[in-house]
Amino acid sequence: MLDHLQKLGATTLQTLERLGRGHLFLFHVLLGMPALLKRLGLVVYQVYSVGVLSLLIIGVAGLFVGMVLALQGYNTLVDFGAEESLGVVVALTLVRELGPVVASLLFAGRAGSALTAEIGLMKATEQLSAMEMMAIDPLHRVVAPRFLAGVIALPLLAALFSAVGVIGGYFVSVGLLGVDEGAFWSQMQAKVDLFEDIANGVIKSLVFGVVVTWIAVFEGYDAIPTSEGVSRATTRTVVHGSLAVLGLDFVLTALMFG
Amino acid sequence: MPSTNETNNADNMPLVQIRGLRYFRGSRPIFDGVDIDIMRGHLTAIMGPSGTGKTTLLRLIGGQLCPHEGSILVDGEDVAKLSSKQLYQLRKRMGMLFQNGALLTDINVFENVAFPLREHTLLPEAMIRHLVLMKLEAVGLRGANQLMPSELSGGMARRVALARAIALDPMMIMYDEPFTGQDPISKGVLVSLLKNLNDALQLTSVLVSHDVREALSIADYAYVISEGKVVEHGSAEAIRNSRSDWVHQFIHGEKDGPVPFHYAANNLFEDLMQG
Repeated sequence: MLDHLQKLGATTLQTLERLGRGHLFLFHVLLGMPALLKRLGLVVYQVYSVGVLSLLIIGVAGLFVGMVLALQGYNTLVDFGAEESLGVVVALTLVRELGPVVASLLFAGRAGSALTAEIGLMKATEQLSAMEMMAIDPLHRVVAPRFLAGVIALPLLAALFSAVGVIGGYFVSVGLLGVDEGAFWSQMQAKVDLFEDIANGVIKSLVFGVVVTWIAVFEGYDAIPTSEGVSRATTRTVVHGSLAVLGLDFVLTALMFG
Repeated sequence: MPSTNETNNADNMPLVQIRGLRYFRGSRPIFDGVDIDIMRGHLTAIMGPSGTGKTTLLRLIGGQLCPHEGSILVDGEDVAKLSSKQLYQLRKRMGMLFQNGALLTDINVFENVAFPLREHTLLPEAMIRHLVLMKLEAVGLRGANQLMPSELSGGMARRVALARAIALDPMMIMYDEPFTGQDPISKGVLVSLLKNLNDALQLTSVLVSHDVREALSIADYAYVISEGKVVEHGSAEAIRNSRSDWVHQFIHGEKDGPVPFHYAANNLFEDLMQG
């Protein structure tokens, strides 16, 4: 019994200590942000790396999610003769929920894991130490541009996910299921609100962008510098990043629409 | 303006002065009361078996680790007491060659050497190009300036890292096991390169190594450390002629001596019978 209590206490202390380290890490990274204004090239390259290279998976996933939403929505709405509202259902589901959430989950798997592995391997091969000894702060030179790039890229990817999803939903609704094209678009235009729906979706994806990228860069920087350590850190990025997105989504949804 | 006497006194002072250094990893002492002086313009070798904390010593000198007790003065500044800004200013005057080179793998040889110049100076591109090519010429790799780090052999990677370490013309340079894993030719090249650079650039060099023959062949002064203490120090000749059994075993690579071949264990017969 005492052993279990001791283990619980040790685990709690370790978790709190790591949380503290994570917050200090974020603070130092944010301190490096002003210097990035002079070196936008670093950020642009990272936006390409984490954003542009994620376009394919985001686009394909968005298309299929939109198509599935249309199929499932139609089956439910047709019983009530409300299949012309399919456009609204697809758009609201994507813009409010699935766009930010699924894009973030995919981002954690595709770009987050890559960020962790890259920084972790730089640590394992002493590249970060070498930078420190060259009087260059790796938090500012390596981590800050990647963090900012993730925060910029994820809202854009989420918006793209929703847009492609709506197009996928359109093809299935209008092309496959015979929903009236005018009703599909006009109801969507009338019911989707710029501030309540789209802006809230963008805020969600921005928050997810901060959290997922923070977890990814911290896990890489904090990784044990061995192949096993980097592998574990990469796994933690995907697991913790995904759980954080799902948990935060509930909190944000409750605050925005609850 | 300092008088000639003051200037001479400063020149005679060690560039790195370590006093009463104690450093622990967990409860295990890595250094337990170590005093070391690294004289200006000298090539000082720090030798000892693997796991004695030689690399840790370089990290302590570079301020990447903080001593638990004692002081480390570099050019008169107590490294542990510097703010991070002051520490980074000091590091601009220090170079370090890591065991595996630690080249940035996403940029080529030229950009690796240019990296500190681009980060710390506002030199025009033409000047950076000249400096980089001169540094690469000094290590014999000007022709390899467009290669990626993955295309270099281990010895070449270390030479590129050496060119990068001297890019800002530091006052001192620290070498972490530069000869480990090198073939005889690469080893010979590195040995002469280290000595020539030290003399030509009037550097102060700290060479951490367990390659006794190579280290002693170029060192002006050497320290042998073991189990957290300095067990011998002096000129290369003095180390070779040391009366310490431990140093004798280490220098000549004998398998048994004060450092036993067998790790401490229970009686073999008892161990076998337990199974």
